[in-house]
Amino acid sequence: MTIVTATLAPGVAPDKRLPGDLAIWFFILAEMLAFAVFFASYAFARASHVEEFNLYQQTLDRNAGALNTVLLITGSWFIVLAVQAAHRDDARAIPRNILLGFLCGAGFLVVKVFEYAAKFGAGISMSTNTFYMFYISLTFFHFMHVILGMVILTILWVQAKKGVYGAHNAHGLESGAAYWHMVDLLWIILFPLVYVMR
Amino acid sequence: MNALKNPAHRAWLVLLVATGITWYLGEVGAAGTLAIVSMLLIAFVKGRLVILDFMELRAAPRLWRALLEGWLILVSSLILLAYWISLK
Repeated sequence: MTIVTATLAPGVAPDKRLPGDLAIWFFILAEMLAFAVFFASYAFARASHVEEFNLYQQTLDRNAGALNTVLLITGSWFIVLAVQAAHRDDARAIPRNILLGFLCGAGFLVVKVFEYAAKFGAGISMSTNTFYMFYISLTFFHFMHVILGMVILTILWVQAKKGVYGAHNAHGLESGAAYWHMVDLLWIILFPLVYVMR
Repeated sequence: MNALKNPAHRAWLVLLVATGITWYLGEVGAAGTLAIVSMLLIAFVKGRLVILDFMELRAAPRLWRALLEGWLILVSSLILLAYWISLK
């Protein structure tokens, strides 16, 4: 017992660890920096086109944007539950929660496709004006990240079904989960910025 | 109330309520300095919950927690600066 106590450095929590692989966190950071540039570009472009941005922002479907926020938040929550299930070796709850998270992502895509269809149907495109250029490119860039997140969730689900994850091995699951949470985090900034703030 | 002991459940509830508030501010047409600051503050709190309780960086090495929280501060500050310029 004395040996164990001696090896633990005082004041250092023994479980201070980064979930998942270090590489995924560098990837996440790079993605987040790209979006930071995008968000700042939107905000500064708006500063020189305030009237245009305020006018066309009104044409966006805020209900769809808010519903999509709820879907991503809930999708993220299910993936947290999947990771928690892995840590307590609840083998059946892991794929179930991954699937529920995936369905939330699918719901997001459906809402977004309806939103795009309404805009494109009204003849709006990237070249309509600066606001729509930003609205379409920002949301579409994010849309692609939701799709990549869902591809990752599919891989996690297949692995979970095989019984790969558990308290002994949650690394891959945690890495995929971190990416999925990033997709959620980005939308949490994007929604108020593009749909509501004026 | 036992369920609320799980930080993920608490975070999820707060995130839903906060999303409702932002949506409501949009519905009533909130605009200007106070509205912008409130919405940025709400987004900041939401982002922080995702970083700490969903990404589970609360107990992570300080560097990674600081990097992601720093990103949130950077993005909010840039947006605030741009909106402040637009209000002048």
